[in-house]
Amino acid sequence: MTTTAFAGGDAKRARLAPKATFKERVHDKLHDAKVQRAMRNFNLAGARARAIGELDNLEDIRTASAAIRDRALAHLDVWLERFEREALARGTHVHWAETHDDINRIVVDIARKAGVRKIIKSKSMVSEESHLNVALEGAGMQVVETDLGEYIIQLKGETPSHIIAPAIHLNRDDVADVFHEHHGTERKTDPTALTMEARKFLREHFLSADMGITGANFLIAETGSTIIVTNEGNGRMTTTLPRVHVAITGIEKVIPTLEDVACVLRVLTRSATGQSISNYVSINTGPKGDGDADGPVENHVVIVDAGRSALLGTDMQEALRCIRCGACMNHCPVYQNIGGHAYGWVYPGPIGSVLTPNYIGLENAVDLPHAATLCNQCGVVCPVRIPLPDLLRKLREKQTDRGLRPWQERVGLRAWAWFAQRPGLYALATRVAARIGRRMGGSNGLIHALPGNGGWTVERDLPAPQGRTFRELRAAGAKRAS
Amino acid sequence: MTAVSARDRILSRLREARGADPSAHDSERALVEARIREHPVGPRPTMAWTDAVERFRAECVRAASTVDTVATRAEVPLAVARYLVAKQLPTQAVAWPELGDLDWAAADIEIDFRAAQGDDPVGITGAHLAIAETGTLMFLSTPRTHPVTSLLPETHVAVVPASRVVRTMEDAFERTRVEVGALPRATNFVSGPSRTADIEGVLQIGAHGPFRVHVIVVDDRAPPASA
Ligand code: SF4
Repeated sequence: MTTTAFAGGDAKRARLAPKATFKERVHDKLHDAKVQRAMRNFNLAGARARAIGELDNLEDIRTASAAIRDRALAHLDVWLERFEREALARGTHVHWAETHDDINRIVVDIARKAGVRKIIKSKSMVSEESHLNVALEGAGMQVVETDLGEYIIQLKGETPSHIIAPAIHLNRDDVADVFHEHHGTERKTDPTALTMEARKFLREHFLSADMGITGANFLIAETGSTIIVTNEGNGRMTTTLPRVHVAITGIEKVIPTLEDVACVLRVLTRSATGQSISNYVSINTGPKGDGDADGPVENHVVIVDAGRSALLGTDMQEALRCIRCGACMNHCPVYQNIGGHAYGWVYPGPIGSVLTPNYIGLENAVDLPHAATLCNQCGVVCPVRIPLPDLLRKLREKQTDRGLRPWQERVGLRAWAWFAQRPGLYALATRVAARIGRRMGGSNGLIHALPGNGGWTVERDLPAPQGRTFRELRAAGAKRAS
Repeated sequence: MTAVSARDRILSRLREARGADPSAHDSERALVEARIREHPVGPRPTMAWTDAVERFRAECVRAASTVDTVATRAEVPLAVARYLVAKQLPTQAVAWPELGDLDWAAADIEIDFRAAQGDDPVGITGAHLAIAETGTLMFLSTPRTHPVTSLLPETHVAVVPASRVVRTMEDAFERTRVEVGALPRATNFVSGPSRTADIEGVLQIGAHGPFRVHVIVVDDRAPPASA
């Protein structure tokens, strides 16, 4: 099987990007009792089911939400210009990043100019793409993640395994150990006590940081605002307390109006955590005004391309509708078994299997389009109706077109094509194969080990062919009918 | 030194990708402006409730806030005191200046009218509006309505006149456009106390923001005309 190598050269990224192949990672995770226990406990799908039932016109709202996202994508540059104009008018600095390196350069630059020493961060998946923390630390600044899950994995030196529940792969003992080690406090395992300990330590950071970095769920074109949706309150702290605020988000996140925000929110939070609304929905527009007692003096937005524009106007465009609710992974039988880290890059689950090959190169993620059963659970729950199985299938086709599939598969398919074009030979070959298969099945008619594809029969048996081939039966039937 | 910026390169890539007609740029801009001017409301769930204040109270409770109702603004200090004493909470508070006309001394509450700091135990605020559908408080930042007061203290008390309760977030945005115009620096929607489920998916109340949100509704609506 081909190695899943990852694009990008820097040492840290190489360290973070797992060297093992997708298959090896999956094998590890399937045999990792802790991950398996964590995945069994994980039930955001149940929470969604309860909450989504409150909307008697769910399908209308999904359709409208998809249309809102499509409207933004249809004239993406025009909406972005409109956002920029409003943001500038409100005193926000607008930056544009073409690449991941650009993001890091821009943010380090802002921090340097403002004489920043300590930075607090609210969850930003785009900053995970660019390994922004490494760049900031390299520039001599202290970076503290403040989402509880992100804080835990930052202390452990890990990456998120879910886009909204980043530490879902860990248990309370892991948290107890890492807090005991880093806080120098007595070891405790009660989740409430652990949460209170994090609150105490992070409160100090909130009050002493110079700069706050957040993502943005949307850029609102109407008002030039960024919006973040959180439950813990760390997002509000991060945008309110430090003297500099930087929001980082993708070009696709622009949304036309406040009414559009209200519409999409109804399905975003229900799909994500099963809440009718998140505890905190915060719209930030510009820096603090004259006489304001709180708020940042400097407000920045970094609008990121980094591979996104390549999807626009292609058969992959629908993936740009994504509002990062996480429902597709919560409902994915593959994700539920292997967890997020096996996917190897920032975005796991079905949407990750679509975005990763598009953002870092199809040749760098050959296994991901196949990390799905195409059961369409993801397509059914996606609040903005992204046809995820179709997109995965298209990626598989592209891989085949570009000769990126393993040689065994390519040779096998070519051989099949050769036979299929020669009906006489094909009939003979299937007849022979059926006879051999029947013999292999033995007395109980089950094949326990398939030659050349042993993986298939590890957990199950293949029913052996019984008697004649379909073509033989059909021919016999036709004779009888005449 | 390149003359073309990253911004221009990204925007022209997008134009190219969607096969935009360069001569249509002005008409596309006009389209976008028209959409913003009209800001049509999307589909909303059928809301099988008529009394928005009732719904608001019920949804607050569902979001793990507590709710009290008083008939007049003057009763607010005593209601706050009742709540703090019952919960055995400190009776030192900071509050928005707009609440300065009330008689807090009579309720034995020690109060400062300033923005909250990291260790203030109780923050008392008004609210710009409240949303019935989800039990949500809406705050707009101004020099006199400090966002930190609903964020830093462990206990947040919000005073909401019933006349400020609207049905949905769409209604809240439209009313804000009419009453205020442009959004201020911070527009915050708060629905219940801070929470997290990041350790083993177990729900914890009070992650970084307040542990408690107590809503006092001032029922200032005209009493129903008697038959
Ligand atoms: S693809 Fe759909 S379901 Fe998955 S995270 Fe994005 S919006 Fe949610």
